[in-house]
This record gives sequence, structure tokens and C-alpha cells, in this order.
Amino acid sequence: MLDTTLNLGSRVVLPKPEFDLLLADLRQSGYQTVGPRLQDESIVYSGIDSLADLPRGVTTEQAPGKFRLMRTDRERYFDFIPGAQSWKQFLFPPRLKLFSASKEKRWELDRSDDACPRYALVGVRGCELAAIEIQDKAFLRDDFEDPTYRARREGLFIIAINCLQPAGTCFCASLGTGPRVERNFDLCLTELDDAFLVEIGSDLGRSLMAGRNFELASAFVQNTADQALARAAGQMGRTLDTSDLPDLLTHSANLDARHWDEVARRCLSCGNCTQVCPTCFCWDVTDTVNLTATTTVRERVWDSCFNPYFSYQAGGNTRPTIRSRYRQWLSHKFGTWVQQYGSLGCTGCGRCITWCPAGIDHVAEIAALREEVKE
Amino acid sequence: MTPTLLPQPATHTAGHHDTPLTPDWAEIVAITPEADGIATLWLKFTDPQVEQQYHFQPGQFNMLYVPGVGEAAISMSSDPDDERRLVGHTVRFVGNVTRAIGRLKIGDQLGVRGPFGTAWPMKTVEGRDLVVACGGIGLPPLRPALYHVVRNRERYGKVTLLYGARTSKDLLYPGEYEAWRKADITVEATVDRGDEHWDGRVGVVPMWFYNFRLDPRNTIVLTCGPEIMIRFVIYEALARRVPTDRIYVSLERNMKCGQGSCGHCQMGPYFVCKDGPVFPFSALAKYINVEEY
Repeated sequence: MLDTTLNLGSRVVLPKPEFDLLLADLRQSGYQTVGPRLQDESIVYSGIDSLADLPRGVTTEQAPGKFRLMRTDRERYFDFIPGAQSWKQFLFPPRLKLFSASKEKRWELDRSDDACPRYALVGVRGCELAAIEIQDKAFLRDDFEDPTYRARREGLFIIAINCLQPAGTCFCASLGTGPRVERNFDLCLTELDDAFLVEIGSDLGRSLMAGRNFELASAFVQNTADQALARAAGQMGRTLDTSDLPDLLTHSANLDARHWDEVARRCLSCGNCTQVCPTCFCWDVTDTVNLTATTTVRERVWDSCFNPYFSYQAGGNTRPTIRSRYRQWLSHKFGTWVQQYGSLGCTGCGRCITWCPAGIDHVAEIAALREEVKE
Repeated sequence: MTPTLLPQPATHTAGHHDTPLTPDWAEIVAITPEADGIATLWLKFTDPQVEQQYHFQPGQFNMLYVPGVGEAAISMSSDPDDERRLVGHTVRFVGNVTRAIGRLKIGDQLGVRGPFGTAWPMKTVEGRDLVVACGGIGLPPLRPALYHVVRNRERYGKVTLLYGARTSKDLLYPGEYEAWRKADITVEATVDRGDEHWDGRVGVVPMWFYNFRLDPRNTIVLTCGPEIMIRFVIYEALARRVPTDRIYVSLERNMKCGQGSCGHCQMGPYFVCKDGPVFPFSALAKYINVEEY
């Protein structure tokens, strides 16, 4: 029996039509299958039923402040690099109801528990998996745990994809998060013309693959995939020198560098970088009340350290300037994050560069800061 | 061959009951007006079990929730060993939430989450002289520490409270200074602007250090108040050779969660809500002169 040859780490070839059956089985097992779709001239992550829903034959051109879809002459499903959305929205929803409260004589809380959706994520990149690992550290700490995040996280089925066509703003190779997916997946795909090379990453993944119409991967196929991956690693649009991180951004003298003033003249403080970032975790809480203020719904919503009110309090605003807000964001990602969570807060996905309306290239800003403080 | 289906997943629910963002209800049982726009609200938890389990240490804070308005981080200002098990918060009504708190009456409800944050190191500093230097609304977070000293007076050396306010009318808890003095605490109050009601000292808190002899080998400074006051208290303490790890500072930041999750209160590597609000100055020295950090 072929099945017995499936082990963790096994690589087999699954014809593309078979993949649709796999998606159907996931749905039948209670998973919502979500993956990339074309929408509004971009690529979003939302519900998919089959490969037909994916952006086939499409690639992306990405540069600071630029994202364009382009047709390719290959009919592949994963030749693009993702758009503004990341999987963060499924684990850390942009808007989450915490509770509602209502008052007749006394205020009463309604803590009704909503069932947590169970997601099968289709097409998770190495940088995106690394981002999930980073958010795990923020939401599942020893001394604080977000129960919503845990329920969603533990329910995940992850189908990863090895990136073969990095975009101009990609620099995962500098951070060691990609393009090859190394760990923390159930199944990992490498796309071939008519089939996927599928690597088994978990027992759950193995049981989903068991009995399917796959072939063992020949040495030739495996070599072809490995070479394509090695080629991708050499095609990164950007390179980030991490050798002096986090010190460059935690050393207090560098926090007074002139370069912060220079960036502040270009930064609009719009917060796009934080909204597209797959690791940014800051949130706010809002109350939505009725007209008589006798019912309220309390929700957790994404926030951004670029929001002028982010650090506002009655005693004064801690970071009233764009300079201080940009410095906070960059020095958190590439500096203090390490002190807080043991890793950088960046995975090299490049979204913050692509989606910055001012075209600020944070990799270049770090290099410029380094030049200045070297003097 | 039909592929094996995955085991049917159990219905996953996020136990909102365990959600750390859900408050417990408390009732306002008394309101003590303290100064113009400042009052102490005395809270009693509605759930007897919560009331029984709740305990805070001097310097910690709660998140107080006004339904429909929002939450504010407010330090406890009462005696942690209060026999009535009431929890007191002295609030200045200046922000969105605190102004709404100011409109509440006795019998009204507040949501409470807490206690959060680090405490004044009352155990570590036993045997030392204490200088408690605070200004304005910076005294309330230190009052529980003073109560602790009064209850355990023999554990501490010389204890001095240096307290400043804008005018004599803004001084908080004036009725208690006598009791503190009786407990052998030196209470020195000062105001920025004198008037006909005041015959005491005029000047800012840090200036008090000029007239003040302290033993740098055995003194602990605890400070809370406006940032500019804190800064100069620290300079004065350092000038008198108090080591940086014996100066403790309580910081104020925008906070939404109290548990180092929402990100608002970050200062460098710290989440002020969980790594603070009370820090030894040695942990802050690197950042004190970084503007808008």
C-alpha cells in the first residue's frame, strides 16, 4: 500500500484535480477553506471552493508604493506574491465583539460565546508562517493569553506554499523566513505545471493525504523543485543587513538621529504599514451605544501606533509628532521587539513597502540610519 | 479508495467568560470630594467571590469601565488592608472616561478589571529611609504605600513625604497629614502659588531637596507626578548620590488592556502596564532624555 510510505517529511506528487478533492474533504470535516482570490485589481484572502477560485496565470509587480497584477504565460496558481491582506485577519480579527451590556435598572453583561470558525488556510508563504509564529508569541504568552486567538490558532489547518517568484519588495531570505517553508505546516506545496509536490508536515496532514491518488516524487521532480526554490532565494527584490540589529534601533543615541526628521517629512502617518503588516498586534477597544446609552457593544479593533491618538492621555500625548511615531514603529519592529519576544518583528514580506502611499522603503531607511550613525 | 476524512473537529468556542477583557461589576458606595475636579470613589464588588479574592499592592492600578464610554487606568489610592474591603480610586475628571466617571453617583456601577502592574517595592526597601516625592495627582498612587508604612512603621527608617500642588486648594488628603505625622512620617507640603489660605512653603517639589539632608547610602526615593517634576526629582536624587536602582518611578501612559497586549503603553522594550507602572530608575535611565519616546 502506498499509504504506509507517508511519513512526516514525505514528499509526494498530487495532480492538481486531486487537490480540489482535498479541499472538499477539508470542508466536509468542518473547515472553512480560505485562500487567495482576485478582487478589486488586487489579491485578497477569502473563502475558496476549488483551485478555479485562485488567481491563475497571474503575477504581481511590486515596488515601493506600487502593486500591479500582470498576466503570465504560465497557467500556475501561485505565481503571484500576496496583496495587502495577510492571514492575521483570521486569527486576530480586525473587529471582534468582546461582550455587550444592557441596562434596565442595573447594567448586565452578555458574554454569549460565539463559535470560533475553523479555518484551513490555503497558500501560506514562509514569511506568513513566520508572522503567525511571531504573533503566537504576542498573544500566547506565559503571563497573558488571548482565548480567541488560541481557539482560532489551534483550529488551523495550514497548507503552505513555497514561493518561486519573489516580488520586488520581498526580503524574506535576509530574515531566514523563506522562500522555502521549513516548519509549522500540515501540508506544504511546491507548484509544478500539472501537479503539486506535497510535503507532509503533521499527522493531520498525513491523514488528509492518506489514500489519495498521489505518486511518489521522483528524484528529478524533487531536484527541479529544489532548484526553483534556490533560484527564488537569489531573486529577492531587497536585502536587509541584520548584522547590527536590534542594537542599531535600541541604542538610545540613534533614537536622536537626524534621519528620523528626514523620514518624517515623507511619512504621512497613515498607518497603512501597520494595517498590512502580518505581525503588528496593537489594538483598541470601542463601545457602540444606542441613543439612550442603555445598551452597548464592546469590540476590540485593530489600532496603529501611527494613529495620532494612540499614545494620547489626559496628561499629554507621548508621541505627538510623525517623527516619534515612525521611530516607534521602526524601532519596535527591528529593535525592541527582540527584547520583548526574542525575535525581530519583521518577516521580510515587504507589504509595508509595497503599500506605503509615500513609497517609503524601510529597508533603505534602516540602511540610511546606519550610514548616519556610522559617522 | 476514498480518502479518510479528518476527525470531526469539536465546536471551538472562545470562552469569553475567560476573556481577560471582561470586567467585574462594582458599586460606588461612597464618593469623597478631594479637590476641584478630583474625588475618591469607593468601590464594592458585586460578586462576593470577586470581593473576597481581590487584593492589590500599593502602586497597582485597575481598569475602570463606564459602560458605553470606555475604560481608564486608575491607580488604587486606598489602604490595601482596608477592613471594609472597599477599593478606593482617586480620579481627576479630565479625560473622556474620567469625566464620565465624574458624573456617576453613589449606587452607580463601574466595571473593574485588575489589579494590574508592578507595585512599590515595600518589602525590598524595608530598613531604609524613604523619601516619597510627589506632585498633584501623583500622591494617590503613593497613598497605599503610606498606609502600609503606617501599619508597619517599625520596618522603615526615616520616612518623609514631599508633596506639592498648584495651590493650597489642590492639595489632596490634607485631613490625613496629622495622622501620618503622628506615625512619625515627616510631611512637607508645598504649593506653586501661595494665597491667603496658605502659610506654608511655596515652591516646586524638587526644590525641597535643597533643604533636605538625606543619607545616600540608605535612602529610597519613590516618586510619581507630572513628568517634569519626576525628571527634576530624579536629577536632585542623583545629585545627592542616591543610586539609580534605589529611585522608583511610577509612569503614566495610554493603556487599553493592562496586560501588555494592546501595545499602547509601550516605552522602548517595556509595556508600562505590566513591566511598570513602577520602575526602578535604573531601568529607565537610557530613555529619560529621548524626546517623545
